[in-house]
Amino acid sequence: MRVGLFVTCLVDLMRPSIGFAALRLLEAAGCEVVVPPAQTCCGQPGYNSGDRASARALACKVLDEFERFEYVVAPSGSCSGMIRTHYPDLFRDEPVALERVRALCAKTYELTDFLVNVAGLQEAPGTFDGRVTYHDSCSGLREMGVRAQPRALLAKVAGLELLEMKDSTTCCGFGGTFAVKFGDVSAAMVEKKCENIAASGADAVVLGDLGCMLNIEGRLRRRGDDRTRVLHVAEVLAGERHD
Amino acid sequence: MTGVQPQSLHFKERAAAELANTQLQSNMRRFGGRFVAARAKVLHELGDFEGMRTAAAAARDRALADLDVWIERFEREATRRGATVLFAETGAEVADLVLELCRRHGVRKVAKSKSMLSEEASLNQRLASAGVQPVETDLGEYILQLAHEPPSHIIAPAIHKSTEQIADLFVKAHGRARTLDIPQLTREAREVLRGHFLTADMGISGGNFLIAETGSLALVTNEGNGRMVTTLPRVHVCITGIEKVLPTLEDLSLLMRLLPRSATGQSISNYFTMVTGTRQPGDRDGPDHMYFILVDNGRTNLVGGDMQEMLRCIRCGACMNHCPVYQTIGGHAYGWVYPGPMGSVLTPTFIGLENALDLPHASTLCGECGVVCPVKIPLPELLRKLREQQVDRGLRPKSEMLGIRVWSWLALRPRLYALATRIAARYLRFQGGGRRMIRHLPFGAAWTRGRDMPAPAGKTFRELFAKKNGAG
Ligand code: SF4
Repeated sequence: MRVGLFVTCLVDLMRPSIGFAALRLLEAAGCEVVVPPAQTCCGQPGYNSGDRASARALACKVLDEFERFEYVVAPSGSCSGMIRTHYPDLFRDEPVALERVRALCAKTYELTDFLVNVAGLQEAPGTFDGRVTYHDSCSGLREMGVRAQPRALLAKVAGLELLEMKDSTTCCGFGGTFAVKFGDVSAAMVEKKCENIAASGADAVVLGDLGCMLNIEGRLRRRGDDRTRVLHVAEVLAGERHD
Repeated sequence: MTGVQPQSLHFKERAAAELANTQLQSNMRRFGGRFVAARAKVLHELGDFEGMRTAAAAARDRALADLDVWIERFEREATRRGATVLFAETGAEVADLVLELCRRHGVRKVAKSKSMLSEEASLNQRLASAGVQPVETDLGEYILQLAHEPPSHIIAPAIHKSTEQIADLFVKAHGRARTLDIPQLTREAREVLRGHFLTADMGISGGNFLIAETGSLALVTNEGNGRMVTTLPRVHVCITGIEKVLPTLEDLSLLMRLLPRSATGQSISNYFTMVTGTRQPGDRDGPDHMYFILVDNGRTNLVGGDMQEMLRCIRCGACMNHCPVYQTIGGHAYGWVYPGPMGSVLTPTFIGLENALDLPHASTLCGECGVVCPVKIPLPELLRKLREQQVDRGLRPKSEMLGIRVWSWLALRPRLYALATRIAARYLRFQGGGRRMIRHLPFGAAWTRGRDMPAPAGKTFRELFAKKNGAG
């Protein structure tokens, strides 16, 4: 299986270990992985800000770079969701491009969904000694149907115990530009998330989107919690450390 | 546009005030999730919930597609049964019509059951200044009338008030001993309201649905006040939006399976009332005069446009119950009649995009509202479309647009982008210091006011990957 890995702009800039973890997992699942070197951003910031033109331009770039692969995989429900559920809207009045976009959508996957439902990953290379709780990031959950997949994969990690927190599917308050437009509302929302994480008794919170990770980790540290680790599901599964 | 003076331009300030209001915060936390849990418990009764949502959305679309026809049919059937159907184009016209009816029938006191439309029309203020006494009889609305506050939720209007606050209001209004016993408080309100029901000359109700084929009004309540208001006074006036007309009773039964379950998590509301026509010879009760005021107030502007799906709304409140933003700041922050996700779509469409600049952005687009809406209104999509309209009309701040455009411009130029991100990664890494946490983000003060920003690793994925592959 020839897979194009869409690293995502946030992972590229903030936390490359997630990209390497995704790479390792896809290879462990028997995929031939290609990382198009000129990739940047899927266009979601523009799309959610109402700037269709910017979003469309970046969508064209992604389309050109990734349509040649058998599958396109991203370690993010948000970016894969942007492609799969929103790209068609950007090209709704362009029948020719729309057909290409639809084909791209059909082969675009969130990482854990791909590992479970397409590649059939049997074993997780990583080990983890401790208890984790899983936060369901919004786009992954509601746009890509990611819920059971990461949990099924985490269950394969030796030494890991999964505890469910209260309201794991409630938004952490990130919302892209929302977190800076309404910083205080956003901070109050992530505070509730942090309370639920703390109450779960887990050593680490694991999730599938870096935006939410930055939000949750930032708030945990600000409220004085230097203990609870915030990890991407790919890092845990692959045993890839971020430091 | 008239009605409650819209404050939606000040969403940010209002939200900040609500965040700082410890009483409200504790009240919202107490409420948080109660309706959500109740709804989750009863949904399974429907079997195929998704299938039913699809059917309900289709039924709403069918009704809206020929709305003019169904309204005409409704008018014909209702008139045949002794009622009079009036139309109001604006909120002000609603109040004008009601005042005219008050004059015609010598009305001094009005008993009202819940009606969000009367909020759109600022009806209570207009009645009071014309010397007619309006009495809210829905318990929540009654509490708010005592507190001189607008509703903060479309089905649980006083959800932002605690028992203690209500007890204090009652002491002041009723002059009885203070109690925190909820049944006792309810009894107290009931005793006071009973007198009003009997002495009111006019009853004003909202309308959950109007049925074209029978000319009936369908009312969903939990307190029975809807029945009193529509049967005891001599005159009954029902005020509702034109979009509430359903073709048939069959449509009604489908929507009624979804409405109470989505709203409060009840299989059926405590009361469900159908009111058809005026009191006829031999009837034991009912009003002598019955009027319907069907209100447009911006609704026809939605027909055929980007926001048409919003007209499907059956005002269940599920979107706000499930909205993490609403749950954090409460309904008053939204600044007009309708709060939460549905309000963030309706308010800008009704009072003007330029008068509610923040509302389309007052959402993380988490998607939960779109998932729970029983008539499948794609609320996040509609919010996004409103954002697009703002951009098209040049209503967004220049700095925001510049930020987005610079980002996109850069992201379209991979070599420059690589350079810029390498610099940013190193700079931010440096900012993070030994703790690897940035406490003050240079261009993101709003972020770091309430939380740290984890510092990046220091090198971008693309450079590390290139190095690795070059070396290997
Ligand atoms: S938008 Fe949907 S969920 Fe919200 S009140 Fe209307 S019908 Fe209910």
